[in-house]
Amino acid sequence: MGLDIRLPIGLMFGIFGLLLAGYGLATSGSDLYQRSLGHNINLTWGLVLLAFGGVMLWLSRKGGK
Amino acid sequence: MPQGIELGGIDYVILVIYFLFVLGIGWALRRQTKTSEDFFLSGRSIPAWIAGLAFLSANLGAQEMIGMAASGAKYGIATSHFYWVGAIPAMVFVGVFMMPFYYGSRARSVPEYLKLRFDEKTRGFNAISFAIMTVFSSGISMYALAKLLHLLLGWDFNVSLWVSAAIVLAYIYLGGLTSAIYNEVLQFFLIVLGFAPLVFLGLENVGGWSGLVAKLEGVATAGGYAPGAWSHSWATMGSPAANPMGVEWFGMVMGLGFVLSFGYWCTDFLVVQRAMAANSMAAARRTPLIAAVPKMLFPFLIIVPGMIAIALTHAGAGFSLPKMADGSWDYTMVIPQMLAHYFPPGVLGLGLTALMASFMSGMAGNVTAFNTVWTYDIYQSYIKKDATDAHLLWVGRMTTVFGILASVGTAYLATQFNNIMDFLQLVFAFVNAPLFATFLLGMFWKRATGHGAFLGLVLGTLAAAAHHGLTLPAGAPVGIKGGWLAAPPMHAYSSEMAQNFWTAIWAWSVCFAATIAISLVTRRTKTDDDLRGLVYALTPRPKEEHLPWWKTPEGMGAMVLALAVLLNVIFW
Repeated sequence: MGLDIRLPIGLMFGIFGLLLAGYGLATSGSDLYQRSLGHNINLTWGLVLLAFGGVMLWLSRKGGK
Repeated sequence: MPQGIELGGIDYVILVIYFLFVLGIGWALRRQTKTSEDFFLSGRSIPAWIAGLAFLSANLGAQEMIGMAASGAKYGIATSHFYWVGAIPAMVFVGVFMMPFYYGSRARSVPEYLKLRFDEKTRGFNAISFAIMTVFSSGISMYALAKLLHLLLGWDFNVSLWVSAAIVLAYIYLGGLTSAIYNEVLQFFLIVLGFAPLVFLGLENVGGWSGLVAKLEGVATAGGYAPGAWSHSWATMGSPAANPMGVEWFGMVMGLGFVLSFGYWCTDFLVVQRAMAANSMAAARRTPLIAAVPKMLFPFLIIVPGMIAIALTHAGAGFSLPKMADGSWDYTMVIPQMLAHYFPPGVLGLGLTALMASFMSGMAGNVTAFNTVWTYDIYQSYIKKDATDAHLLWVGRMTTVFGILASVGTAYLATQFNNIMDFLQLVFAFVNAPLFATFLLGMFWKRATGHGAFLGLVLGTLAAAAHHGLTLPAGAPVGIKGGWLAAPPMHAYSSEMAQNFWTAIWAWSVCFAATIAISLVTRRTKTDDDLRGLVYALTPRPKEEHLPWWKTPEGMGAMVLALAVLLNVIFW
């Protein structure tokens, strides 16, 4: 089919993950997180997205040999 | 008024990256779209898991996200009936029993199947009503998105409308259905991963599942219902007065679970097109079965936030839904309001992008279904019969442009005349209600004739209109809600939902009976040979006997159904 959809999915969520986790680290302890009940949701969820993106990228490499 | 959302720089960055990926996918696919079948059916090359997620995502439009979250607040966990009763069985049925005819007949659209199985007029009736309906749905979806963006972010209505329309246009124009399907898969993951933190934070805030159930008891008793009315899906279904939906189990199971659900999942080209694009019969049959698994879990993602929102609002515990002008809660604001309340900049951009993705996937689903039906079933059938394939591909692209412009026009119409929209949606509901009877008889009874099918559909549609005109939901004014045929109305339903379900039941029954009766007195115009591959008794079963039972479509379907039953029991 030419394009393996797992590649753009992996890339996009990988980028989102890096952005959120990076932003979460930079804003750690800030008042922002009163909204999210004290959790640094950007850091946590950024890592989750990064892991998801990584799995997708790995699958696309494995599948597209 | 809902709480406004202030976006930070990071939120805009996420939104822009998403748009770049969406457009990039269209761009990457532009060279592979060489024939009309590439454009309209992805060259029948899509693997099962991708088709399955797209099958689900195409349905995950604005109405779904906003509407089901709103219903979660209004009716509680009983909203799950729209999933565990009103979707899963039909999805299993279309995969196991119907896909052999859709895919096996090589029909390029659902109306084309009707042409092969019955005759031209049945196809024409279905194609034309479907084409108009998709343009309107896509327009209403755009209108809702632009209005929401204006309300929440203060963005200009016109800019929001045209920009979202232009993005959807660009990626479908370039890559056709493949582009729409790929983006639907991307959107699926975005929606799940964008809203999941909302559920976690909301649940923590409300004190976990037990805290939620306890607070919902307050909501239920304040409304005059039994304490469990918001946290049990079946326990209060015995009588319409006992639950906030105002429906009883029989009307719900037959109207929603059978007529409306099978009518949508089994005959609506918007979803069926995704399965027709699959790369093999085996993949086409698995498409709806794969889709059924996440579909089953969506109540936790979409309905639970609504339940949390109403529980917290009622308990006065920090979070509150906004009120409408008349003082009642604005349930449609559940998701946007929770995003604004719980998400700091960062995940806020992700959640908002997920919301936009859901609008865009619903819009794109309608547009791709529209351009296919228009090009194959209307243009090629009635306007230019000898069109070359290259010409059809060109028409498809032009139709995409036209369809999007028409949707934008519809969106503007909706800003001016909300009543017209309500009226049109009502008419479409009448046309759709009897459809599944026609397909059921067409696929499983070779004696059903073209005249029978066509007149059955017309009579079923009229029956729906008549039932609507003769009845009225309690407390509603005569007019668009019903009662316009008889004063006083012959029957008063306890809610609009109950009236809808029974309208569907009547329409289906009349169509079913009329199609049988008229078929018996009209001559067959199609021989057994003509119907090979189109009717159950004349089609060899697709065999996949080298597989263990749990890998066959039947085995997968049985497991999916068992899981759905289990969920119903757990939340009984």
